This record gives sequence, structure tokens and C-alpha cells, in this order.
Amino acid sequence: MSSLRFVFVSWGLQFKMIMRSPFDGIGNVIYPLFFATVAFFVFRAGHSPRTLVYASFGAAVMGMWSSVSTSAGSAMQRERWWGTLELLVAAPRHFALVLLPATLGLATVGIYNLAATLLWGRLLFGVHLSIAHPFLFALAVVGTILAFGGLGFLFAVSFVRWRAAWVLGNFFEYPVWLICGFLVPLALLPGWVHPVSWALAPTWGMNAIRESALGGSPLDDLGLCLGLGLGYVALGVLVTDRVLRAARLRGSLSLT
Amino acid sequence: MAVIEAENLHRTYRTTTGTFRRRAKSVEAVRGVSFEVGEGELFGLLGPNGAGKTTTIKMLITLLIPTAGTARVLGYDVVESPREVRKRIGYVFGGERGVYERLSGYDNLRYFAELYGVPPRIQKQRIEELLRLVGLKGREHERAEGYSRGMKQRLHVARGLLHDPQVLFLDEPTLGLDPVGARELRSTIASFTAAGKTVLMTTHYMFEADSLCNRIAVISRGEIVAEGTPMELKSRVESGRVTEVEVFGIPEETVGRLRQLDGVLAVSVEEREQAQVLSVQTRADVQLTASILGHLDGASIGRISYREPTLEDAYVALVAE
Repeated sequence: MSSLRFVFVSWGLQFKMIMRSPFDGIGNVIYPLFFATVAFFVFRAGHSPRTLVYASFGAAVMGMWSSVSTSAGSAMQRERWWGTLELLVAAPRHFALVLLPATLGLATVGIYNLAATLLWGRLLFGVHLSIAHPFLFALAVVGTILAFGGLGFLFAVSFVRWRAAWVLGNFFEYPVWLICGFLVPLALLPGWVHPVSWALAPTWGMNAIRESALGGSPLDDLGLCLGLGLGYVALGVLVTDRVLRAARLRGSLSLT
Repeated sequence: MAVIEAENLHRTYRTTTGTFRRRAKSVEAVRGVSFEVGEGELFGLLGPNGAGKTTTIKMLITLLIPTAGTARVLGYDVVESPREVRKRIGYVFGGERGVYERLSGYDNLRYFAELYGVPPRIQKQRIEELLRLVGLKGREHERAEGYSRGMKQRLHVARGLLHDPQVLFLDEPTLGLDPVGARELRSTIASFTAAGKTVLMTTHYMFEADSLCNRIAVISRGEIVAEGTPMELKSRVESGRVTEVEVFGIPEETVGRLRQLDGVLAVSVEEREQAQVLSVQTRADVQLTASILGHLDGASIGRISYREPTLEDAYVALVAE
């Protein structure tokens, strides 16, 4: 109960910090609109309303993913700069529990990304989206955000051990757009890429969102997305103690 | 039973030099530190910058794993049972870092109260009490980024006390504070032992250690060079005396030559505006004024005075050995 309360309070405070940062704020407002604009221009050339709908959901999830992949690394880097990382490690809570609300807070920003992108598409490009199963759509969005948080958490654990690993967050941003089928159907990608796509929760989250919006059944995709998200969290929890021990051995917690 | 026990602690950092042809290098920050702190005691680790004070404290609070040796806090081994140690200790360090600047002082405390599992029913009352104790009541809802250095330091102290720890580790807690702020904080620290807490603090201010600590360990180049009460440390040099000479432009070689004189215990040079003050601590049974002045040939000499050694002289003599 105490742990649940901690996650909830901590998530709220993390979210407060994100919203109070002018630079993070501007980035979060502008980036999704930028992604959406590029996607709409590219797909409008195809003159097919269905591909435009496909692109608008893809662009929305692109924004969500970018928010998590780049921010999870920089969030840990900020803890180092602020000198708070050592204080978090020195606390009795399991460090995994300390990291999780931070990455979930970042993933929550993704809800705005999704809404802003879809609204942008409607206002500027006249893409009228009708959501076939609103309840399942909401479920798919929340599930995808949780899975993104799980993946961000796994990233964050590695960022504690390797100071420069936040660069990897930026590195993963663009390939995932492609590999997970945000913009291009997986069928168009070479066969050897598919196993990588299947191992990444964003692939299934993207499918679930599209299926629920277009009238299909998103439950299998959503189940896989959440399952993988939980797997990332479990893996992160398992390696947290090892990563922290290595950082304590090397004396790298206080380094900026 | 000792509350804090350090036995032959060693800590080596591995670092690299060079850009293209990297070479591994080992730096021994702590070399065989041992001490014990009893219940309710305020124990000071005193030493110059880079002596190994912070490294020692970080091993005790479980942030660093010792390269060799063992340490226990309240009977729990800091390597084997870090979580048990963390539940029972508070850690406060000096300086402006360690604060969530975008959150208010109150939110900072709320976050750490949750982090330390302070029960919700007492959390609010505890935060209010601590805000009053550290003098931040009335400013708690302002963002911490607008706080002065002193206010941030006081926020650190409140944070360290949130879970009412039995043992407190204070790493240079008055670092960078103005004299009034530092004095207030020292009086707060003194109240901790009155409340039954055990405190280990590091400092490089002699008067701070003298006024606060029951016992002091002087640490230099990673080793403890002396341990005892402030009185005991002072008594080590009580029989000597200090000759102070105001000089203008004393070369480093001259200071080195003075250190070699028979009967000289320690030599230090303090910069004071235009001039420097050379302090030569000697044995009481020798008269070296003429010899000292003879070595200063070529340098402009101002006032010459004599005084009894202080704890600071004891410290300078110890770390210079």
C-alpha cells in the first residue's frame, strides 16, 4: 500500500516538474505537431484517405515514443546534475520503485502528444477520424503508455550505470518509428527486421490503437503490448540491484 | 555497542589518463581508516580538501562499496545490509545541489517523506515541525530555485530528519553559509545529540569541530593521523608556541627550508590582502626567531608576534606531518 502511494505521489511530483520546465514544455508542444505535419504531407501525396488516417495515428504514437525515449535518459542525467541521484540511491526504497514513477510521468506526457497530433491533423489537414471502439481505444492508449513507461524504465536503469547512455535514448528514437510500424506497415520491412519489431512493445501498442480506432479487435495486440511492458519492468527490477552495485563499486553515482 | 564502526576501510578509485592512448590509474582516497562512534556522540572527521572525508562518509551511508575493510552502522554491515542501514540513517551534505529546484520546499520534503516511508498520518505534522525547526516556515510553498544557499542548506537538514533517523551523517553541512546562517545551523546540529541522536560530521573548519564535537579524528591523505577530544588534540601542541611573521612575497622554497629547521613542528602561510602571514609552530624549548628571520632574507618583513597554539595549529601540524 505504501509503495502504491509512493508511486502515485511521486508520479504526480514528477509530472509537475516536467510541466514546469519551459524547454521541456516547448519541446513537448512543438515536436508532435512537427511529426504530424511531416507525416501528413508525405501521406497526402498518396491521395488515399485511409493512408492519411493510418499516418495520423502513427504520427501520434511517434510523439508519445519520442517523449519517452529521449526524456528517460535526460531525466536520469538531470538527477545527476541536480545531485539528487545519490539521495535517491541512499533512500531505503527499492531503486526500481523510485525510477518507475519518473518514467511513467514522462510517458503520461504522451497523452498530450496523441491528442495534439490528432487535433492538428483535423484542423490543418482535414483528417476526420472516427473511433470505432472509443472504450477499447482509450484502453489501447493507456496500455501503450504503460508499456512505453516500462521500456523507458529499462532505459533509465541503464542510464544510472552508464552516464553517457542518454545518447542511446536519442539513438533509439528514429529507428523505432520505422521498426515498429508507426509510419510504414511492417510487411514492407525485410523479414529479418520482424523479430526485432515483435520484441518491441510499441509495435503491438501501435497495432492496438489502430485496430480499436478502425473497428478491429485490439485485445490480442494490447495483451502482447502490456505483457512486453511488464517484461521490461521485470527485467529492469532484476538488473537494478546489479547495476547499482556496479555504480557503487565504480563510484560513478556522484559523477555528472 | 558502537553505533558506527569502521574497520580498516580502504577505497581506491580507478581512473584513466590520456585521450587516444588511455592508461588506467588508481587513486587511493582512503587508506585504512578505523574508528568507532558511540551512541549519542557527535564525532567529527576533520581534514583538508581531498583528505578522504567524503569518501569515508559515502562508504558508511552505502553509496560506495569499500575496496577493503568493513563498516557497520547500528550493527548492520554497509555492504551486506544496505537497506537496513538506509532506513536508520539521515544524510545531509553542504552546498546547493541535492534539491528539486522546480518543486517547492514543501513538495521536496513531501517527496522524500514518501521515499523514506513516513506514514501519511504523521507526514504533514512532521514536515510542519521541521519547517519550523530550520526556519523555512512561511516560505515552504515557494519554488526551491528561488531559495538562497542558506535556505537550501536548511531544506537539506529538514530532509535528512524527515524519518527521524537514529544516526545522522553531515558532510560539510555549513559549506558556503554566511556566518549567521552557519551559527544557526551549528546550534541546530548541537541539538541533535541532545535529542539522543548519534552524529558523524565532516568539516574542515577547526572552530566548528572544536565547538560541536565530543571527539575528532583528523584525516590526512586518506589516513587518520590523530583521534581524541578537542582538548586532547590541543594538548598535543600546548607545550609549543607559534611565531607569526607578516611577510611580503615569501618564496615556496623558503617555506620548505623553514620546515627543515630543527625544532620546527609545522609551517603554514596564510594570504591576507597584500601581505602573507607566516606561522611557524615550534617546540617550547627552542628559540628560533633569529633563525626564521635569517631564512627570510630578501623578503619584506612586517610585524612579528608570538602566541599559544590553538586547535588550528594542532590540525596544521597533524596534516603537515
